[in-house]
Amino acid sequence: MLEIEIDGKQLQVPDGSTVMEAATTIGAYVPHFCYHKKLSIAANCRMCLVQVEKAPKPLPACATPVTNGMKVWTHSEQAVKAQKGVMEFLLINHPLDCPICDQGGECQLQDLSVGYGGVESRYQEEKRVVGNKDLGPLVSTDMTRCINCTRCVRFTTEIAGHMELGQAFRGEHAEIMPFVEKTVDSELSGNIIDLCPVGALTSKPFRFGARAWEMSRRKSVSPHDSLGSNLVVQVKHDSVKRVLPLENEELNECWLSDKDRFSYEALSSSERITRPMLKQGGEWIETDWQTAIEYVANGLRSVKAENGAEAIGALASPHSTLEELYLVQRLVRGLGSENVDFRLRQSDFSADKHLSGAPWLGMPVAEIANLDRLFLIGSFFRKDHPLIAQRVRQAAKRGLKVSALNPAFDDWQLPVANSICVSPSEMLVALAKVVKALAEQTGRELSSQFADACASVTPDEVSVSIAKSLSSGRRAAVWLGNYAVQHERAAELHAFAQEIGRLSDASFGVLGEAANSVGGYIAGAVPLGGSAGKNVVQMLESPLKAFLLLGIDLEFDFGNGVAAASAMKSAEMVVVLSAFKSQRTLELADVVLPIAPFTETAGIFVNCEGRAQSFHPVVKSKGESRPGWKILRVIGETLGLDGFDFEKIDDVRSELLSAEGKVDPSKLCNSVTVRIGSLPSVSSHIQRVADIPIHAADPISRRSAPLQQTADAKAPEARLSSTTMARLGLQSGIVVRVRSASGEASVVAATDDGVADGCVRLAGAHSITAPLGSLYGEISLERM
Amino acid sequence: MGCERGYNYIHGEIFEVYDRFEEALREAREAGLLGKSILGSDFSFDLFAHHGYGAYICGEETALLESIEGKKGQPRFKPPFPASFGLYGKPTTINNTETFASIPYIIREGGDAFLALGKPNNGGTKLFSVSGHVNKPGNYEIPLGTPFSELLELAGGVRGGRKLKAVIPGGSSAPVLPGAVMLDCTMDYDSISKAGSMLGSGAVIVMDESTCMVKALERLSYFYFEESCGQCTPCREGTGWLYRVVHRIEHGLGRPDDLDLLNSVTANIMGRTICALGDAASMPVQSFIKHFSDEFAFHIEHKKCLVPKDIQRDGSKIYVA
Ligand SMILES: Cc1cc2nc3c(=O)[nH]c(=O)nc-3n(C[C@H](O)[C@H](O)[C@H](O)COP(=O)(O)O)c2cc1C
Ligand code: SF4
Ligand code: SF4
Ligand code: FES
Repeated sequence: MLEIEIDGKQLQVPDGSTVMEAATTIGAYVPHFCYHKKLSIAANCRMCLVQVEKAPKPLPACATPVTNGMKVWTHSEQAVKAQKGVMEFLLINHPLDCPICDQGGECQLQDLSVGYGGVESRYQEEKRVVGNKDLGPLVSTDMTRCINCTRCVRFTTEIAGHMELGQAFRGEHAEIMPFVEKTVDSELSGNIIDLCPVGALTSKPFRFGARAWEMSRRKSVSPHDSLGSNLVVQVKHDSVKRVLPLENEELNECWLSDKDRFSYEALSSSERITRPMLKQGGEWIETDWQTAIEYVANGLRSVKAENGAEAIGALASPHSTLEELYLVQRLVRGLGSENVDFRLRQSDFSADKHLSGAPWLGMPVAEIANLDRLFLIGSFFRKDHPLIAQRVRQAAKRGLKVSALNPAFDDWQLPVANSICVSPSEMLVALAKVVKALAEQTGRELSSQFADACASVTPDEVSVSIAKSLSSGRRAAVWLGNYAVQHERAAELHAFAQEIGRLSDASFGVLGEAANSVGGYIAGAVPLGGSAGKNVVQMLESPLKAFLLLGIDLEFDFGNGVAAASAMKSAEMVVVLSAFKSQRTLELADVVLPIAPFTETAGIFVNCEGRAQSFHPVVKSKGESRPGWKILRVIGETLGLDGFDFEKIDDVRSELLSAEGKVDPSKLCNSVTVRIGSLPSVSSHIQRVADIPIHAADPISRRSAPLQQTADAKAPEARLSSTTMARLGLQSGIVVRVRSASGEASVVAATDDGVADGCVRLAGAHSITAPLGSLYGEISLERM
Repeated sequence: MGCERGYNYIHGEIFEVYDRFEEALREAREAGLLGKSILGSDFSFDLFAHHGYGAYICGEETALLESIEGKKGQPRFKPPFPASFGLYGKPTTINNTETFASIPYIIREGGDAFLALGKPNNGGTKLFSVSGHVNKPGNYEIPLGTPFSELLELAGGVRGGRKLKAVIPGGSSAPVLPGAVMLDCTMDYDSISKAGSMLGSGAVIVMDESTCMVKALERLSYFYFEESCGQCTPCREGTGWLYRVVHRIEHGLGRPDDLDLLNSVTANIMGRTICALGDAASMPVQSFIKHFSDEFAFHIEHKKCLVPKDIQRDGSKIYVA
């Protein structure tokens, strides 16, 4: 520890602290622009100059290390004179037209110029004008306002992992710009808007939407990925204007993914449903709630009477709230059916009977910083979990060694020490090799169910290397990604991964696809526990007579949208509870009940680490849409079912969470015992590898216009390795017809050597690839 | 010191020196004086020439390191100093090539012999690059302590027999001194510093009476305006401000309070930047105004030069010839 005196106050700070950090701990404000606690030190703005005893000139607090016995004055005459001098320089070329700047009212330069700026400008020369840049659909520029603090540059390089912005030219001609003809395409790009201390980088979708002081700030939780980023939703006139991060060091830190930030644009989409609707004689008519609810209740009653309760099933989106998930399963169970599921893209449920809890990350998110080994299995990691990937990226800088097994790799912008890229069917073999290598290395006995499978494999160089890496770590983790969970043999992948975790003393967990991937289990929205209930695949295969669909886009949210459509077609009644309509919904549903999206309802999301986060509505429900929990309650009451006579949402919560609102840790469990089948032999057929693109993953993000204009939302291509491309006689750029068991599509072929040989990467959750049905299986390709 | 790698960073616009140095390296390698196990010892050392792209700022030691690493030539904030975190993060010693070149002599002949070459407290010899209004511009190596008049004589004296007006004794960033002051100086650190300037790089710029000091300063200020790396606020914004005001004065648009403004702006730059270029841009402005305020005042008041245009033209005619 070091002793320092700041503005007369004595304090002790850890070795290596800067004067800025020391000042912050005692609440002494040092004006600054370029300094940011999450970015490297640039010391370029010079706003933070302070007086230091014995130093001949003022020193920048952000970059000056504390030395023992140092004395600092942050507001002495010398310091303030220096700060004012710098402020004058910052303003000479800066437009002085804050009233027409989108940052006005929330600008650090504006705020600080009040305290440090002069009344009149001494600069009488011509001001600099800097051309604006096209940074893509999310970030708007006004580069004349830029003060060259390079926060945005450092963010792209250090946090997003890819230098997409730089400072070109020198001196007064210095300009921040992207690479020639490039935009900023990172899935974290919106953070540069928050970081920019001036109005140079602002939100394009929001642009001039409101002034900062006109909006109220309400807390919320992101409904998208399994991290559960904390949000500040800015609201004016009952409409969401903007979404900003609510800092939570244990989850999103001070960041948001672009999906978290810009999805709100979908809330006012033209596909919002605002009144209950009934299909009568093939025509949709709007109706009142009572009629709609009675229609639903009558329909369910008559299906039950004619076909038995087992002919009724409910399928819910994993982005639904905990209360919605709970009530929908209670409704179905109340009717006497066990058919309920929320794991819509999952295809292998053989682990279900062994699951004793909700699969979860197996560790707190904040602990990622302490990992030194990580093995990621089946994950489009960076796009599926942008901010968890960001944490791993930072941990990798401190020595975390990442290994990964995938059928297709993207550039994660972080070092991957060992990677295995094999077709989906070969993933099991690959894991068997790692298991065997680990057993050999650690001298530990294999659990019996793996002995047979492992007997037939010989570890190769990379599996040995992964085994070495994992077993030499002090804190290792093995994670299953969304792809692994959706895999056709997910249960065995899970078991192998669990064995790898056991043999290497690593923490083992599941990343989780959605905001409530853990919550769905906690709510009981699964046919678990030896019940006779059907899982999603069974419900679609042996079609039921009545379906309740909660928050689902029929075409995009299932692992096999074609199977889902035909199941709906053969059902007598399809009840859709959703905030949005889609063409498919209108085609296949009989009743549509408008439910409120996350901004218009109270609810809880349980994130990947098992943290239950509740949120309140931030605006009124649009039109006649109503919170899902209320609608489900009324349906339950109308049906005369038990347990639906509660008044408040808290009554529902108390059945699921502890008095403090927490998930009982014993409900989280990753352990399964699965019989390992024979390992698949190498297939000569081309296999489909389907990622779920980041902005296509859920009903809200896929309707956000700005997100749909990003590079991440471009139309799916048929991506093949150059070897496979050559073998099939195809070339990049040509249109190919791809055919699966259920249908065909034409897509542009593209070379991508991140894809395993013998595979074609064809994204799911997109209208172009929707006719292909299953996210897995054999695909044939031919030139058109 | 145990280092195994050395780099000689050579300004990008200078080819002859670069080629000559590469040739010298080749000879040294052939003679077994560079590379692995030099002369059969267990000492290995390799030296490389690194040709920059011509940015002045890349002479600043940490910008130089960035440049060698293939990055944009921008000075680093210090600490950490290169001695602990230098090239590619390795401890690094940086000196001018001339500094290194004097080491063999010191090792061979001893420190006292080196000191005896100059005058007390200013040991050794130094290279001076004399440019400007002299008959024989060029590089001259002289013992420190040699009178300036002797150096001027070596350089062939002031052109056209004109009167010496001013001298910048240590490179463009050193404060300018009036000719009369310089003629009383000896060329060493103490004497020049006592006179109010610095020996700096040893680039001696000689100006005769045909020089308009406002125009000369305009040229210097333009140089710093163009050569600022743009990283830190006072220098990026300040060098443009200085240049524009001096440019205005030179072009007859000066205002009465411009000189105060220039002094105040330079004061706001100095000591507040990442590297010394901010100071380097400020010192000429301050010293030109200090020693030649009458010329600046004349310019502002009369919208023209104190030095008649024909005399200026005459001066530059010889310069061209
Ligand atoms: C803007 C700027 C430009 C510089 N250019 C040079 C240069 O071209 N050559 C040089 O030797 N030193 C240059 N320096 C000084 C170096 O930073 C460094 O102080 C010097 O090389 C130290 O070596 P010495 O002690 O042997 O002189 C420059 C400094 C600044 C601030
Ligand atoms: S655009 Fe904003 S964040 Fe980027 S350098 Fe300029 S002022 Fe800083
Ligand atoms: S003083 Fe000038 S040259 Fe030096 S770092 Fe700052 S901007 Fe760059
Ligand atoms: S905050 Fe310290 S120099 Fe910018």
